[in-house]
Amino acid sequence: MQKNVLEYLENIINKVPDKTAYADDTTQITFKEAYNYSRSIGTYLYKQGHTKEPVVVFMGRSPNTIVAYFGVVYSGCYYVPIDEEMPRHRIELIFKDLSPSAVICDRETHASLESYGYNGNVYLYEDALQAEADEDILSSVRKKQLDIDPLYIVFTSGSTGMPKGVAACHRSVIDYIEGLCEILQINENTVFGNQTPLYVDACLKELYPTLKYGATAYIIPKSLFMFPLKLVAFLNEYKINTICWVVSALTMISAFGVLQKDPPKYLHTIAFGSEVFPIRQFNLWRKHLPDARFVNLYGPTEATGMCCYYEAVREFNPDEVIPIGKPFPNTEIILLNEDNQVPEQGGVGEICVRGTRLSLGYYNSFEKTREVFVQNPLNPCYPDLIYRTGDLGRYNEKGELLFVSRKDNQIKHMGHRIELGEIEAAANMHPGVKIACCIYDDRKNKIVLFYVGSVTTAEMAQFMKSKLPRYMVPNLLKNLDTMPLTTNGKIDRVALKSSVSK
Amino acid sequence: METLLEILEELHPDVDFENCETLIDDKILDSFDIVTLVGEISDEFDITIPVEEIVPKNFNSAKALYALIERLIEEE
Repeated sequence: MQKNVLEYLENIINKVPDKTAYADDTTQITFKEAYNYSRSIGTYLYKQGHTKEPVVVFMGRSPNTIVAYFGVVYSGCYYVPIDEEMPRHRIELIFKDLSPSAVICDRETHASLESYGYNGNVYLYEDALQAEADEDILSSVRKKQLDIDPLYIVFTSGSTGMPKGVAACHRSVIDYIEGLCEILQINENTVFGNQTPLYVDACLKELYPTLKYGATAYIIPKSLFMFPLKLVAFLNEYKINTICWVVSALTMISAFGVLQKDPPKYLHTIAFGSEVFPIRQFNLWRKHLPDARFVNLYGPTEATGMCCYYEAVREFNPDEVIPIGKPFPNTEIILLNEDNQVPEQGGVGEICVRGTRLSLGYYNSFEKTREVFVQNPLNPCYPDLIYRTGDLGRYNEKGELLFVSRKDNQIKHMGHRIELGEIEAAANMHPGVKIACCIYDDRKNKIVLFYVGSVTTAEMAQFMKSKLPRYMVPNLLKNLDTMPLTTNGKIDRVALKSSVSK
Repeated sequence: METLLEILEELHPDVDFENCETLIDDKILDSFDIVTLVGEISDEFDITIPVEEIVPKNFNSAKALYALIERLIEEE
C-alpha cells in the first residue's frame, strides 16, 4: 500500500522520464529532473541536520518551487510555503508561529528574507541542487516516514488576526488525489493549466495527479488573469485540456465575450469552486464548450483539498445554485443542526466532514484544533473525529448537497477564503483608528472597510497593504464620523451592509 | 478625466493616478481591479469596452485608459 506521496514520482520516472512534468513560460522540468533534483535537495537538507521538522519554502511561483517541496519531503521534513505576495507582517507572524530552523529560498527571494529578522538556516535552492543524492540516507529516511506524518503546512486566514497553519499528512493527500483523479478522469494525456498560488492546498490538484499519471502541468503567469484574450491564447498555445480554477477566473473569460470570439480549443475538463458560479456565466461556458465536463468542487483546507463534487450535466435556471453534490469516495458528509442532530430532509445543518481526509489540525494550536475537530456527536462508542466546517448546507429534492451560507464572518473573495475579523484586526492595529468594521458587498463583490479615526483613506490603504495579502486588502474604504451601533451596543453590520448596497 | 480618476481613487486611494504610468507593470492593479474598472467605466460612460482593448497598454496609466474611453465614445 502506498504510504508516501513521493511514490507517485518514483513510479512514473520509469515510464515517462523525459516528459515535461511542470512548466511555466520560462522553465520546464521533466519527471527525471524532478526526481534527481528533489533527491539532491533531500540529501542536502538531511546532511544539514534537518528531518522531521517544518522547512519553509520561500520561492516564487515556478516549477522549481514544486521540486523544492519534493526535496523537503525527501529529507523527512514537511514543507511550509510562503510567498512574496504575502506582506511582511504575515510572513513575520508565520515565522513566529513556526520558529523554523530551515528556509529554502531562491536568488530573488534571498535578499528580502534577510529583512524579516529570521535567524535560522537559509539554503539557496540553486546550491541544494548541486548535492549528490545519497541512496543510503534517502532510504533510511523513508523507512522512518509514516503515512500519518505531515506533508505540508499551509496558512489560512484566522479571525483574530493570526493566520492558522493547517497541517496535512501523506495519507490524507493520497486519499484525496486517488478520489480526485477518478472524478476528473485524469490520465497521461491530461495537460493542466494551474491558476492557483502554490502556497495554498488548491494546487494539490495539479501537483500530485501530474506525478501519478505522468501528465503535464503548466503554471499560468498570474498577470494573464487580467487579460482574457492573452489567457486563452496561452491555453491554446500549450494545448491545455484540464483546468481547476476559481470561478472569478472563468467568468473573466466568459463575461468579456472571449468564448464567442476565440474559445479555448483543447479544454475538455473544467473544475471550479470556492465561489458561487453565476448561472448566466456558467451557461455561456456550457453553450460554447458543449462537449466539456464541468465539475463543481467544494472543500475546506482542514479536510485536505476538496471533499464534495458535482458534475454539472443539467441546465440551470438563473435563480438556481449549482449543487456541491456528494462526498468524494471514502468521505462522509454529516449535516448537524444546533442540537447536534441530523436535520429533517431538506433542513439546514452545519456541513461536517468525516474520513481519512481530515487534516492533522492547526499546527502549534491544540486549542483551536479542538474547537472544530471534534468527536462525532452521533457516535458515543469510540474516538471518531469530524471537522466542523462552519458552512451551512442542505439537501435538495434530488438528494444533492447545496451550500447555503456561512455561520460566521468568513467570506470567499476571488476564490480566497477570508475572515473579515482578520481584516478588522489589521485595521485596528493602526494607532489612529478608533474602531473598524469590515463587511462584504455580495452584489459588487467588494470587501468594504468602515473605520472611525483621523486617518485618510490613502494612508489607510497603504497601511492595509503592508499588513495583509493583496487579496485581503479592502476594495473600498469608508472613513465614518461614528460607527452605527445596535441597541445592544454592538456594531450594526446590517446597517453598514445596506449603506453600500444602495 | 475627473470621473475616471474618482473611480480609480476609490479603488486605490493611496495611488497617484495622475502621474503613475506603470499601473500594470508594477502590479498596482490586479485582476479584480480590471474587472471592476471595466464594469464601472461601462456604466459611467455608457460604453462597451471590447475584449480586444483589455490589454496591458490601455490600463498602464489613467491617461491611456482615458484615451481609450474617448476613442470608444467617438466610435459609438
